[in-house]
Amino acid sequence: MEEKIKLKSQELSLFYGTFQALYNINMEIEAQRVTALIGPSGCGKSTFLRTINRLNELIDGTTTRGEVYLDGQPIYDRDVDVVALRKKVGMVFQKPSVFPMSIYDNVAYGPRIHGLKSRSELDEIVENSLKAANLWEEVKDRLGSPAVRMSGGQQQRLVIARVLAVEPEVILMDEPASALDPISTARLEELITALKNNYTIVIVTHNMQQAARISDFTGFFLNGHLVEFSPTEELFVNPHDKRTEDYITGRFG
Amino acid sequence: MPTARTYEKILTALFWFIALVIAGILVAIVGYIVWRGLGVVDLGFILEAPRRAGKEGGIFTAIIGTLYLTAVALIIAVPLGVGAAVYLEEYSRKASRFNTLVNLTMETLAGIPSIVFGLFGFVLFVIFLNLGWSILSGGLTLALMVLPTITRTAQEALRSVPVEYRENSLALGAGQWQTIRRVVLPPAWPGIVTGVILSVGRAVGETAAVLLTAGSSLNMPGSLSDPARSMSVHLYILAMEGLSLEKAFGTALLVVVLILIINFLANLSLRRLTGSIRQDG
Repeated sequence: MEEKIKLKSQELSLFYGTFQALYNINMEIEAQRVTALIGPSGCGKSTFLRTINRLNELIDGTTTRGEVYLDGQPIYDRDVDVVALRKKVGMVFQKPSVFPMSIYDNVAYGPRIHGLKSRSELDEIVENSLKAANLWEEVKDRLGSPAVRMSGGQQQRLVIARVLAVEPEVILMDEPASALDPISTARLEELITALKNNYTIVIVTHNMQQAARISDFTGFFLNGHLVEFSPTEELFVNPHDKRTEDYITGRFG
Repeated sequence: MPTARTYEKILTALFWFIALVIAGILVAIVGYIVWRGLGVVDLGFILEAPRRAGKEGGIFTAIIGTLYLTAVALIIAVPLGVGAAVYLEEYSRKASRFNTLVNLTMETLAGIPSIVFGLFGFVLFVIFLNLGWSILSGGLTLALMVLPTITRTAQEALRSVPVEYRENSLALGAGQWQTIRRVVLPPAWPGIVTGVILSVGRAVGETAAVLLTAGSSLNMPGSLSDPARSMSVHLYILAMEGLSLEKAFGTALLVVVLILIINFLANLSLRRLTGSIRQDG
């Protein structure tokens, strides 16, 4: 079976003012796979992640060159609807940030802003999303209580449920486990592995073991360059680039 | 030689004493006003119109005048101030010249003495725009006066909303305005309300600017183009023209009670704001 390319970046460069954060990134990301992006802090992996849903545009003075294609469609075209793009490309941030509203309202937030009003349909989406995020059993009896009272691990799964409720095709994750304890991290990793059956997942992580455990492909970033991009096993067992080898063996970073 | 602990104890006692002095001053002023004013204030004082220039009767028309002026000021200043804050914090580029200019203007406006606003309002609204001494002129002048307060507090309230809320909402495909309305304004609201309530306090207490722009008519105002007298103006005239010091203290008591009620409300909404922040932590 031929693998389907979900995302493709082509000669992608990004500048914050005069500082160049990304240099001519070329990458092809396969559908329904987990792709991990690793590299030392400030190497551009999170910045690259945020080019995929055009979130870098929120920062003043950012310019992007090159192109990213989603299902072959350029996303930096002038007539692209950013709202529609972000509906297809969901994002889970480093710090779980639940909105100061009930658990239910958090999950229903996306569908509601996209115009869904029917209570029964919302109920169904909320239940399915929470189930898919492995959170339903823990919260089904207190959907109306404030989401801020949940534990960090629960909050991160709630954020994932909130993303799933919008029915995205791609889920971007920016170090989603960095604020979690080991047990919550393990649960999150299980969840990511389960989600890849239906979604294309791109995850930035500082934790190389994590990348090795959950990803199918891994990209190594250094100083804004994509140094190496290979199937995960190959990258960790048999890296082609000296810098990749130095990094994964802990010689720097 | 004093040890660190005795040193701490002395300092603690000193600060406690300072706090006591400040609280004492407040209690003394309020107590004196209550003592002098309480004999005057009864239902008739609140509900009757002044007679013989205020020597007799109550202050009902001044209470109504105050409420009208404050209401006009808020109806104009709140949407403008909150709107400006939303634009400055949520829409404009933070480093843009326009943003810097507006922020600088707001800071300058906030530092201008109220009598200058009064003079400006007198020349612009009363004379140039020919609105005369009226509730409208007075309300517009008060609006200009409290606009910086409302804008600044609203900006602070918006700034205290975590940037992650905005990012998460936008990443879910929400538009800018949807994001502002659904996840930014709700937690900012108590802070905005605090600024509004503090502005009410300033508007109620303002004398000079109101005297210059709304006049000092003792008649019951029937429309926005009628002149009116606020409670503070009434107090000033009663005291300055030697009409009745007794009635002046009665008026002062009601002004203080009104301001205390307003401060209480401001504190309440402030607590709600900090409460919701603590919940997030």
